[in-house]
Amino acid sequence: MAKERSRKGAPRRGSKLRKEPARKPPGFETRAVHAGEEPEDQFRAVIPPIYHTSTYCLEEVGKSHGYDYSRTGNPTRTMLERKLASLECAKYGLAFASGMAAVNAVLALLDCGDQVLCEENVYGGTHRLLSNIFPKFKIGLSWVDATDLEKVRKGFRENTKLLWIETPTNPLLKILDIEALARLAHEHHSLLVVDNTFASPFLQRPVERGCDIVVHSTTKYIGGHSDFIGGAVVTNNDQVYLDLAYYQNAAGAVPSPSDCYLAARSLKTLALRMRQHCFNAKRIAEFLNGDTRIRKVYYPGLPGHSGHELAKSQMSDFGGMISFELDGDIETTKAFVTGLKYFALASSLGAVESLVAHPVTMTHTSLSLAERERIGIRDNLVRISVGVEDVTDLIEDLDRALTKVLGPSRSRR
Amino acid sequence: MRYLTKIVHAGEKPCPATGAIVTPIYQTATYVMDGVGKDKGYDYSRHSHPTRRVLELKMAALEGGVDATCFSAGMAAIDALMHTLEKGDHILACDDLYGGTKRLFSQIYTKVGLEFDLIDMTDPSVIKKRLKKNTRMIFIETPSNPMLKLIDIKAAAKAAKDAGIHCVVDNTFMTPYFQRPLELGADVVVHSLTKYLSGHNDLIGGAVVTTDKKFAEKINWIAKSVGNGLGPQDCYLTIRGIKTLGLRMRQHNDNAVKIAKFLEGHPKVSKVIYPGLESHPQHALAKKQATGFGGMISFELKGGIKAGIKCMESVKVWLLAESLGGVESMVTHPYTMTHKDVPEDQKRKLGITEGLVRLSVGIEDAEDLIEDLDRAIS
Repeated sequence: MAKERSRKGAPRRGSKLRKEPARKPPGFETRAVHAGEEPEDQFRAVIPPIYHTSTYCLEEVGKSHGYDYSRTGNPTRTMLERKLASLECAKYGLAFASGMAAVNAVLALLDCGDQVLCEENVYGGTHRLLSNIFPKFKIGLSWVDATDLEKVRKGFRENTKLLWIETPTNPLLKILDIEALARLAHEHHSLLVVDNTFASPFLQRPVERGCDIVVHSTTKYIGGHSDFIGGAVVTNNDQVYLDLAYYQNAAGAVPSPSDCYLAARSLKTLALRMRQHCFNAKRIAEFLNGDTRIRKVYYPGLPGHSGHELAKSQMSDFGGMISFELDGDIETTKAFVTGLKYFALASSLGAVESLVAHPVTMTHTSLSLAERERIGIRDNLVRISVGVEDVTDLIEDLDRALTKVLGPSRSRR
Repeated sequence: MRYLTKIVHAGEKPCPATGAIVTPIYQTATYVMDGVGKDKGYDYSRHSHPTRRVLELKMAALEGGVDATCFSAGMAAIDALMHTLEKGDHILACDDLYGGTKRLFSQIYTKVGLEFDLIDMTDPSVIKKRLKKNTRMIFIETPSNPMLKLIDIKAAAKAAKDAGIHCVVDNTFMTPYFQRPLELGADVVVHSLTKYLSGHNDLIGGAVVTTDKKFAEKINWIAKSVGNGLGPQDCYLTIRGIKTLGLRMRQHNDNAVKIAKFLEGHPKVSKVIYPGLESHPQHALAKKQATGFGGMISFELKGGIKAGIKCMESVKVWLLAESLGGVESMVTHPYTMTHKDVPEDQKRKLGITEGLVRLSVGIEDAEDLIEDLDRAIS
């Protein structure tokens, strides 16, 4: 095996695969484990080293081994970026210090006077960047309910450069039609950006449906263990990649080698984790849906969800996020979210541990009351990120906490 | 708390100072005292540190022990067990042990006066007959490495109990997700944390878990005195690895069942050893004492050593490497790699031939793994 490797460390498997035409690409789990990494050259360590270095020795003036300064490029980061690109079935991946840094980098592609057409129900942090930071640079913004394609079509203006969506959306789990929106964006000479954080590439690969730029908070399902902050951008567009890589180096919002290593390590179990998240979430959504103490359940896996059919066609499963409205006021809701045992009351999502959030007071505080009401983020809305624990424990926990604030369930609907 | 929940939460609680949901990595050598002789439970990280303590509590909960101690390697954990014994003590062990354990027994501890007998325990009734007056410990691995022989844990534990000695089980191959020896009556479990527990081939570690409070204190004291405890970074990575233990073990197992069946049906394969196959002589025992069959398979090709080596050198998805239990699939040649220090006559007796290939089945797509093996075998 070692003999077949070039000294420069060219990908062994990759170079072999190219010699065999018409071979189907390896499966998702195989790429999750292997893509982007090769046993290293010097000692053949199965796991490439974590390159905790800021700089690199040159062979001679102007001649490096491919890396000269870690802000510009770092082998551990490259490993993560290649793995991400492979899993999203895209050409390029770029890692950032946070999801917001990734979003910021994409918005930095714009010039003064450009406009962003944005789905109205996006993560509060994205909302803040778009409505409070970028207007300073004269980047225009208009909101749209992207489930309505006609409204989207009418929302484009001459200077619209990006159509920005999340699907499923946060926290209401609306499902948006990636293929149709990509077509609309391209008809209007715009690029479609999809924040794929909620689905992860295991469930949904927007690039395959015509999306131009995928952004991620890798802190969530990709990292999956609540233990680092990171972001990523994935694209097939050569120019977008070059511009983003330039900005990544110029602005320097790059993740540390340790965090890149943890992200790459996490991707190895992404498929396994996602399957368990989905399995657990489906059962919990069904439990909540049949409970009289719950007014409404938002989960795309429920047949009654408005985006259920679309979700079935563009996702391979429905994910681990559920939102629901309690049959009670804000005080009842606050008491409920603090009364859970396994669901930790914490911002963030997508981890092995189950989490619960109260969007109005936690994740979506940057929205005004009017905006929240328009979108439908009510005081009694609870968002849960279903972990990989035993689902019976989780259901018992929810039931117990509901009983504490609202009494026992009256009768099954 | 059910098992998958335990895997995520046992031993951990949000940091009381900051609320951080994940156990902090306490990269510190020492701790400030409140006053002379007054500390907050930790005084020097060789003795113990908070990150290691969380891992130990998690390991104890997962195996069903009262306590655990985590070491810098699986061999360090077994070394600590040997430190509880003294000159003239006798250890009765199974014959098909990991090469490193054998080396420790025969090269290190025989010199200081410990006596070892390594015997075939597939028929557990022989255990009682081979106990001596000075026997202090029964040490077993099940399934064994690399021949995947099983030992009836309940029977071995009973023999130990009757003799008033400890039964130690190396549970590395199964992990507590599939097999919990302490629940079957064993007193001590040892682990290489490097394998399935951490699961990502990115650290070296070991653990001792026990139901005996006194013994746990002794082991902890040895770790502190010898100074072979596991460091904070690696403790953290192990805790993190354990979070997906159940998910990974299921996938390892499902993939291994598929691959073992594929190999069994392959015309160029002469022998497949996997406890999940009905052809395995101890298939019934495997079903009785474990809830899964694991991810390890051994097999021999009809072409013997030549074909075996050719196969191992031509796989692409599989990596030719020592170690096991990681998400990456690995192929190993026990004869020249994991068991090279075992004397020739013993290797022959155990069936570790030059043609034997050992597989550690990863969590990749099983079809990719089968296609790759098929291509390499052909």
